[in-house]
Amino acid sequence: MGRYFIESDASAKKSQQNDTEQVFNISKSSIKKVKKKNRHKKFKAKGIEYDKKKFKGKERGSADPFPGRKPVDPAKVEKHSRGQAVDVRAVKTLIKKKDLERQEKNIELAAETAARAAEVLLPEEAGYLEGDEDQEFTGRLTQTEIKAAVDPESAAKSFDLKLQEFGPYKCDYTRNGKYLLIGGRKGHVAAFDWTSKALLCEFNAMESVHSVKWLHTHNLFAVAQKKWTYVYDNQGIEIHCVKTMNNMIQLEYLPYHFILAGSSETGNLMWLDVSMGKIIKDTYTKQGRLDVMCQNPRNAVLVCGHSNGTLTMWTPNMQIPAAKMLAHGQAVRGVTVDRSGTYLATSSVDRSIKIWDIRAFKPLHEYKVGHGASQIRFSQRNLLGVSAGNIVQIYKDPTKGEISYPYMKHDTFKTVSQIQFCPYEDVLGIGHGGGFSSILVPGSGEPNFDALEANPYQTTKQRREAEVKMLLDKISPELIT
Amino acid sequence: MKVKVLKRSAEDFVRETKHDIHKVHRNYSQTEHPFEAEREYQRALNAVKLDKVFAKPFIGSLDGHRDALTCVCKHPGRISSIASAAADGEIRLWDLTARKCKASWQGHNGVVRGICYAPGGASILSCADDKTIKFWSLGEEEAAGEGSRRQDEPKDTIVCKHMVTGITHQQQGEKFATCGENTQLWETGRSLPIRTFKWGVDSVHFVRFNPVETNLLGAGAHDNSIIIYDTRDVGPVRKVVMALRSNAMAWNPMEAMVFTTASEDYSLYSWDLRQLKAPTNIFMDHVAAVVDVDYSPTGREIVSGSYDKTIRIFRSHEGRSREVYHTKRMQRLTSVLWSNDDRYIVSGSDEMNLRLWKARASEKLGIIKNRERNSLQYQEKLKEKYSLHPKVSRIQRHRHVPKHVLNASREHTIIKTSKARKEANLRKHSKPGSMPHLPEKDKKVIEES
Repeated sequence: MGRYFIESDASAKKSQQNDTEQVFNISKSSIKKVKKKNRHKKFKAKGIEYDKKKFKGKERGSADPFPGRKPVDPAKVEKHSRGQAVDVRAVKTLIKKKDLERQEKNIELAAETAARAAEVLLPEEAGYLEGDEDQEFTGRLTQTEIKAAVDPESAAKSFDLKLQEFGPYKCDYTRNGKYLLIGGRKGHVAAFDWTSKALLCEFNAMESVHSVKWLHTHNLFAVAQKKWTYVYDNQGIEIHCVKTMNNMIQLEYLPYHFILAGSSETGNLMWLDVSMGKIIKDTYTKQGRLDVMCQNPRNAVLVCGHSNGTLTMWTPNMQIPAAKMLAHGQAVRGVTVDRSGTYLATSSVDRSIKIWDIRAFKPLHEYKVGHGASQIRFSQRNLLGVSAGNIVQIYKDPTKGEISYPYMKHDTFKTVSQIQFCPYEDVLGIGHGGGFSSILVPGSGEPNFDALEANPYQTTKQRREAEVKMLLDKISPELIT
Repeated sequence: MKVKVLKRSAEDFVRETKHDIHKVHRNYSQTEHPFEAEREYQRALNAVKLDKVFAKPFIGSLDGHRDALTCVCKHPGRISSIASAAADGEIRLWDLTARKCKASWQGHNGVVRGICYAPGGASILSCADDKTIKFWSLGEEEAAGEGSRRQDEPKDTIVCKHMVTGITHQQQGEKFATCGENTQLWETGRSLPIRTFKWGVDSVHFVRFNPVETNLLGAGAHDNSIIIYDTRDVGPVRKVVMALRSNAMAWNPMEAMVFTTASEDYSLYSWDLRQLKAPTNIFMDHVAAVVDVDYSPTGREIVSGSYDKTIRIFRSHEGRSREVYHTKRMQRLTSVLWSNDDRYIVSGSDEMNLRLWKARASEKLGIIKNRERNSLQYQEKLKEKYSLHPKVSRIQRHRHVPKHVLNASREHTIIKTSKARKEANLRKHSKPGSMPHLPEKDKKVIEES
């Protein structure tokens, strides 16, 4: 690029050398006079003269019919935006106004870039299951049919573990969906990589096991045993025995706060900080036995269901429930919150399942089912898994509209005690009286993981670095509201 | 029946050889990243805490002088060379990288009042209480290293009629100026001043040439005034009289019309040359007279040394210090200096030591790799974003100060609030409009011409 010489530059220098006396005594009126004089004169920039004939050979093609960047779908940009912009007109100072404008522009650009990146960078697409022309209804399709229709590697993800002696099984998947932990009521605990069936550890706790939960990595897990809660290593070595957490029925792990939360038989809710080993709060809820509990992954609030049909929400910062609502006419038997924290699904003894908007506490939909559902779970893509007796049914998009028939159905041989969707995989894990089953549910798992949050292909070094970073970013429990 | 089950092939997600980088797939959707605000706040909190953990500003002290230091000056071209002079007349050249004295010699018979480098760094000018201005040529000493000078012979000596209390050289050109009885403009090679400026009858105790507008000269006189001279034919052009005396002055190297004076009334004033009716900014944080001031080469920050044994760093547009440096061993400061690479501060005090400090206390001085730099930049931005959050700002603001400074500042706060209360009472009980609210800046100038 050449330099543009402004004609007035050279003359200004000359005048400066002569008029030394005028340097400091410039008044506003003299400036105005000068401006008035020069108003009709326009500054003309002199460009470099180049030989037009030389450049004639390079003829420009026709202009681009679609100039500029590819337009992005505004709905997608909206998905990545983080709320309303600040009203810049209200700012009084000019400098701050400009600063704010620039910041707002940057935020908009960030949302747009994320939307563009989402179009291009996400490698996988979600699964699906559709019927053909003669059989639209997919609810009757069995696992064997689905297994026959997919490749053998995916078919191997659907398996049955026949463990008849040790009672109904509870199960839990790690955050990246790689490892599975199962615990039988009569004390059998096993942790393994469920795709390759490589066993991490297996032992019998010699006591009744009520709940099992992975902690932040696959190196530690917590088991709620008959009297106290124990923390084990991935080799099955007992690391801690938390005597303060006694008679626990349900365990929940809040990953970003490093908190192990549990609900007990005596009606206590306990929050234990696993990085420091300190009990943050022990609330006596006065609601009786708390066997229905789940966490809201969006704001780390614990939602409990009670036998009088009410739902209560608890934070470790308040002695009383943060919210209390009447959900059903009869006892609430299952509660679950979806991953984005917008929908709450509850199931009750009166054979109904209700979908709520959790932030407004408004009921959205109500469905009648054949039997009172005992376990209810949202998958990552908002498929709802419902289990009653030994039947597991999966409903697709219950939050969007009225549905009358299930998306999929599966029978186990014994009563189902717990269901868990595997994160980032199209698999549902069912713990039942006769062992553990894993079934294929196309479309339930989030296809694209974020490697910095949960990476199923994590190496040891990556895991260690991630552990340190997670600990540094550990959120203080005071921020749970 | 159409069915598709999620199937990931390991080769897409795992690196091929150990010499490749890891494949890190990202999903920027908000459901993948819950608790964004809380995590960011936590990171900001960690960033300010780490700032405090790594805040070790003192690098070292340069030992050697045998009497209180009176002035220091920096080499115009080299970052690591400085020259300092003491009250016994000794002049020393220092190498900051090795923290060693390169050369030292007995320059004068009295207290050396001013020292400065000529442009190019080939010679030093010094003026002292023995009424002489001496020129020292530097050449072989730079290469020779530690040791006393081979000769105490200056290249040139000028004997003056009156006392000389300050000296300053034009950034480019041959002229230099001294002050004492009155301000005099000299040219190298001449033994008589080419011009003498006089305004009033008081003696002048500091002079400074403007580094950008090299014809402007700022000076401070004993009648509590600041005088601006134009060394072309005009002479003294402006004078501002204040309540208390100014001790030192520094021109902003980036903005030609801005200069900052260090005043006896515990604060510094930033002025715009074009409008000397009131200072543009007041820097208030010292608890005793401010003795010296210097600008950072970026023009955005100033360092000031004060009689209360502390060094404070202010941002040019803010009224309160962002940093305070002090040591038990550092007594009354006499001069401060900001190195030309914007990273170090040199302070000279009356216990014969020069001290080297970091300009940013928690900065890492070594080589910073790209990932580290990115992480540091992210932390800087986080600190800036959360600077108004009470918990974060409390940690950021917290500094340990010596007890005498803390007690004095508390006393000053009480004095200020009581003055404000009395003024408010007067205003309340007088005719509305007879006592208008005046900004602090407008109260400072007594006379302007």
